[in-house]
Amino acid sequence: MLTIENLHAEIDDKGILNGIDLDVKAGEVHAIMGPNGSGKSTLSSVIAGNEDYEITQGSILFGGEDIHEMSPEERSHKGIFLSFQYPVEIPGVSVTNFIKTALNAQRKAAGEEDMPAAAMLKKIREKSSLLGIDSKFLSRSLNQGFSGGEKKRNEIFQMAMMEPKLAILDETDSGLDIDALKIVADGVNALKTPNNATIVITHYQRLLDYIIPDFVHVLYNGKIVKSGTKELAKELEAKGYDWIKKEVAG
Amino acid sequence: MAYTEEELKKELESKEYEYGFYTDIEAETFPVGLNEEIVRKISQKKQEPEWMTEWRLDAFRVWKEMEAPDWPNVTYDKPDYQAISYYSAPKKKDKYESLDEVDPELLETFNKLGISLDEQKKLAGVAVDIVMDSVSVATTFKETLAEKGIIFCSISEAIQEHPELVRQYIGSVVPPKDNYFAALNSAVFSDGSFCYIPKGVQCPMELSTYFRINQAGTGQFERTLVVADESSYVSYLEGCTAPSRDENQLHAAVVELIALDRAEIKYSTVQNWYPGNKEGKGGVFNFVTKRGLCHNHSKISWTQVETGSAVTWKYPSCILKGDYSIGEFYSIAVTNNFQQADTGTKMIHLGKNTRSTIISKGISAGKSQNSYRGLVQVNSRAKNARNFSQCDSLLMGNDCGAHTFPYIETQNNSAQVEHEATTSKIGEDQIFYCNQRGIDTEKAIALIVNGFSKEVLNKLPMEFAVEAQKLLEISLEGSVG
Repeated sequence: MLTIENLHAEIDDKGILNGIDLDVKAGEVHAIMGPNGSGKSTLSSVIAGNEDYEITQGSILFGGEDIHEMSPEERSHKGIFLSFQYPVEIPGVSVTNFIKTALNAQRKAAGEEDMPAAAMLKKIREKSSLLGIDSKFLSRSLNQGFSGGEKKRNEIFQMAMMEPKLAILDETDSGLDIDALKIVADGVNALKTPNNATIVITHYQRLLDYIIPDFVHVLYNGKIVKSGTKELAKELEAKGYDWIKKEVAG
Repeated sequence: MAYTEEELKKELESKEYEYGFYTDIEAETFPVGLNEEIVRKISQKKQEPEWMTEWRLDAFRVWKEMEAPDWPNVTYDKPDYQAISYYSAPKKKDKYESLDEVDPELLETFNKLGISLDEQKKLAGVAVDIVMDSVSVATTFKETLAEKGIIFCSISEAIQEHPELVRQYIGSVVPPKDNYFAALNSAVFSDGSFCYIPKGVQCPMELSTYFRINQAGTGQFERTLVVADESSYVSYLEGCTAPSRDENQLHAAVVELIALDRAEIKYSTVQNWYPGNKEGKGGVFNFVTKRGLCHNHSKISWTQVETGSAVTWKYPSCILKGDYSIGEFYSIAVTNNFQQADTGTKMIHLGKNTRSTIISKGISAGKSQNSYRGLVQVNSRAKNARNFSQCDSLLMGNDCGAHTFPYIETQNNSAQVEHEATTSKIGEDQIFYCNQRGIDTEKAIALIVNGFSKEVLNKLPMEFAVEAQKLLEISLEGSVG
């Protein structure tokens, strides 16, 4: 589904990604871990098409198609979804209005008509109850005054609504207490199908107790320096990142 | 709101001013220039009584001695007032009983605007007094209104039919000598609307006027007078579009509202005059004086969505003369390309326990300049006056300007005046967030701007709110690279 080869990217002439290789297939869950500043969030931004970053080498294929030149919205229409680490506020735009606009933009790109209001409402009810979101929340301004947990839950709600092929969860666990973490993880698991894939980006192993990865990759200095199964995450939890750093240096 | 989105899509595709067409209706136009003879001729043409002619002449004499104000934060080439024709009327001046009698070209114009009379008639509860090139050509729903004793007609007709009311109130809130443009308007106003709601009557429908400037080189001098008698209520809508023209067009309207004891007037405007092209050429000069007078326990609410005009100079105001009276001002002003707007309000607290609220949302894009100018004045007698003002500015890009000029004058220390102001910029991160959700940049901006303006959009009557949202989006087209 997603094939990244020798990907180099920079921002303001500063190299952040220095040769990433990653292959994600349908039905898989990949975890990308690594210390702060290793390039985790950059990787998610680059996959989503953030134009602040420049790709200097390598390729990103999605569904066999080179997406290098595609705008962020085209990538979204192709089925790439990013759950933001820091979701932005849009004052005066309700959660409902925002997701409706997003969903209809997606449909329009697929040559479909706007979703009828009744169907939209039904879908919103279904997905919001999956994530324990009440209707009052849906009428609030997007992310304005939301707690950390509410923001992340809202991201997963949008993901549930948009049903992406590839979901990238960027530090979705940060700012969540254990209850919120469980709800979010349950939501992600419930949305899993053999046809979609998930990349979980996290600093801590904690989230991976709830979202079980098939593969774990360690990112350091803009490169994947180690890959393994969920056992690798456990090892990192126990030993910290220092041994990886030493291994790379050695 | 799914019903607007398909239309919106279409509109976003067309980059030119969409109402830039011109209707070729046979018109009678006075020679250019302004002098006493022209003023007399206008009055004569309208078969006005002697007192009206004298009133106009007095105004003209005052105007001659005045100069156009230069304090607003706008720059423009002052129009040559002697190069303007001050009267233009469609030749066919009969009143129409049915649409069949109306000039088909006029109907076509309304069709293009999406506000055909047909449609309007179907729209429940909206009576339309259409001002087309200065003379009202059609009035609907008049009979329904008449049953309640409501008078809703052109000001010319009111001068004929209800001279006592007009004479009592015209110029009572905006005297001719008030300012340069008010004086000019008083001398040469060609037509406008008059509305009187009798005591205790709640007007059962929104009263609506659509304005058009249509004739090359003719200024539009509208005069609107709304009188709400004791304990009455009326909601009045004013909306306008103008054809695309190369030369500048002058629009100097005067609107006077009078709310007698316990009456309430809601006055909503969507202003979409031609703003000029992308290079700042052409566009309407919109120099408007709007003011309301509140008696005891009465309320006047101004809501405006200003998206058009090359230069706007406009301060819908409330004189809170009566005790416990309330003034409100809700405004969205959008400027793009080379547009300049200097707009705001004046809340003059004279009575005791008077309250006022000001919510102003300014959106600047392109190379435009957008100024909020507001005065809150609490006079010595105005015990326990309250004001709350909020002025928010949203900037798009790096070449536009947002300015806030709040003036607060209080002479009574029981007054409570609050002023809040914010300035924000549409962030790259907001755009990227929307893009990631599949929403393109143009649509993302529309979403953000509508969210920013929501508090004011919510104050508009439903059918107006939809139109206003579309206008916001059209006005900001192409404002991001």
